[in-house]
Amino acid sequence: MNAPASLLPLRIEDVCFEAGGHRIIEGVSLEMGAGARTVILGPNGAGKSVLLRICHGLLAPTSGRVTWNVSQPAGGRRRQAMVFQRPVMLRRSALANVAYGLKLAGMERHERQARAQRALDDLGLAHLAGRSARVLSGGEQQRLALARAWALEPEVLFLDEPTANLDPGATGEVEAAIANIGATGTKIIMVTHDLGAAKRLADEIVFLHNGRVLERTDARRFFNGPASREAAAFVQGELL
Amino acid sequence: MPFRRAVETIALALGRAAELIVGFDPRLVHIVGLSFRVSLSAVVVASLVGLPLGAAIAVVRFPGRQTVIVVLNALLGLPSVVVGLLVYLLLSRAGPLGPMGILFTPAAMIVAQAILVTPIIAAFARQAIEDAWREYEEQLRSLGAGPVQAASTLLWDCRFSLLTTVLGGFGRAVAEVGAVMIVGGNIDGVTRVMTTAILLETSKGDLPLALGLGIVLISLVLALNAAAHLIKDAAQRRYG
Repeated sequence: MNAPASLLPLRIEDVCFEAGGHRIIEGVSLEMGAGARTVILGPNGAGKSVLLRICHGLLAPTSGRVTWNVSQPAGGRRRQAMVFQRPVMLRRSALANVAYGLKLAGMERHERQARAQRALDDLGLAHLAGRSARVLSGGEQQRLALARAWALEPEVLFLDEPTANLDPGATGEVEAAIANIGATGTKIIMVTHDLGAAKRLADEIVFLHNGRVLERTDARRFFNGPASREAAAFVQGELL
Repeated sequence: MPFRRAVETIALALGRAAELIVGFDPRLVHIVGLSFRVSLSAVVVASLVGLPLGAAIAVVRFPGRQTVIVVLNALLGLPSVVVGLLVYLLLSRAGPLGPMGILFTPAAMIVAQAILVTPIIAAFARQAIEDAWREYEEQLRSLGAGPVQAASTLLWDCRFSLLTTVLGGFGRAVAEVGAVMIVGGNIDGVTRVMTTAILLETSKGDLPLALGLGIVLISLVLALNAAAHLIKDAAQRRYG
């Protein structure tokens, strides 16, 4: 049995995105390989979330191409997952929410119960398995969203401002969970405008401003001295 | 003193009506039972058609969708006598479905009420599911759900508000008179339901039975609405 070929690298070639007559993404080209945790950083309105959705296939670029190393068949397991700023929980138990993703991925019923339970264990949510997902706290819901994504054993995990709505305690727990998932070899691609979160989680920074990639740098170098004027101003906490 | 006499008549009728209800008068029980049987069956049929239809319109984008929604909403105000007339024409001996021989039977009444209630259930289901879809769409697509999976997931997740819709449809069916009058014929002991009996007994001047049935009907509609409210409230607390 051969391991299936890796999805990565992800190639984004000259991608533009327009909505309502506005250019939100202007000619972005990036290649993202396995390993390093990539954080797409930039001020609000830079087009970060749109770029992430284009990568994940939720939005189609107006022009340009998004290609994976291997093409993904329609339907079935996607090998990539996304966690949103506001987690969307189904009106059922925490365990059933995780199992739901596995069902869509085509996993057999008996298998998915066990797998979902394991994912909850891994994220420290085992004690909440039987609780209704939508009445959990914001931090618990976000960790549950991570468990739902994690259960799918994705090669790539996209994260869109996963801690923007959380208090510091919950933020810490969610970031720890993200770091753990990254440590297992899952490629982390995260969008944030939060410098603290970027510093704590990023191996490399892609700095996005007004729909363009201004620089892509190793995280430590970026925070010591960004190459672009805009990024320097952003790191200094100036308003862009 | 015509006013005093009128009050006395009503008081007397109300008293006799109460006796009929408390004493489970066989005529009254039979009429109420038939009303339930006909309207419940009609609502089951209407739900089997209307709920998936509403979900499909909510989730699938197709040309002419706006027109379908406008027509569906317009059908909410469908006059029951017109539905009765159309079903009458279909089922009458010379009509296309005449050979079935079900005109002036409870089956014909079920058909007419089902046609009356299907647009109601479909239109309200479409609204509820479209609102939920707006919240769930990205998450479900991210997990790889196709339109059919998305629609069935939303039907289940909206189950409590849809229950209210279905109960509302039952209220409409059990309280309508025009359609069952035309296709049922108000035959004593065969197709006489609460509304047609009230119509007849009032015109005959037999106020106690008419009032008794009226009280049952109003209590029923009240109880249905109370049930819908309580269920939704409890579900909200339990599932969020």
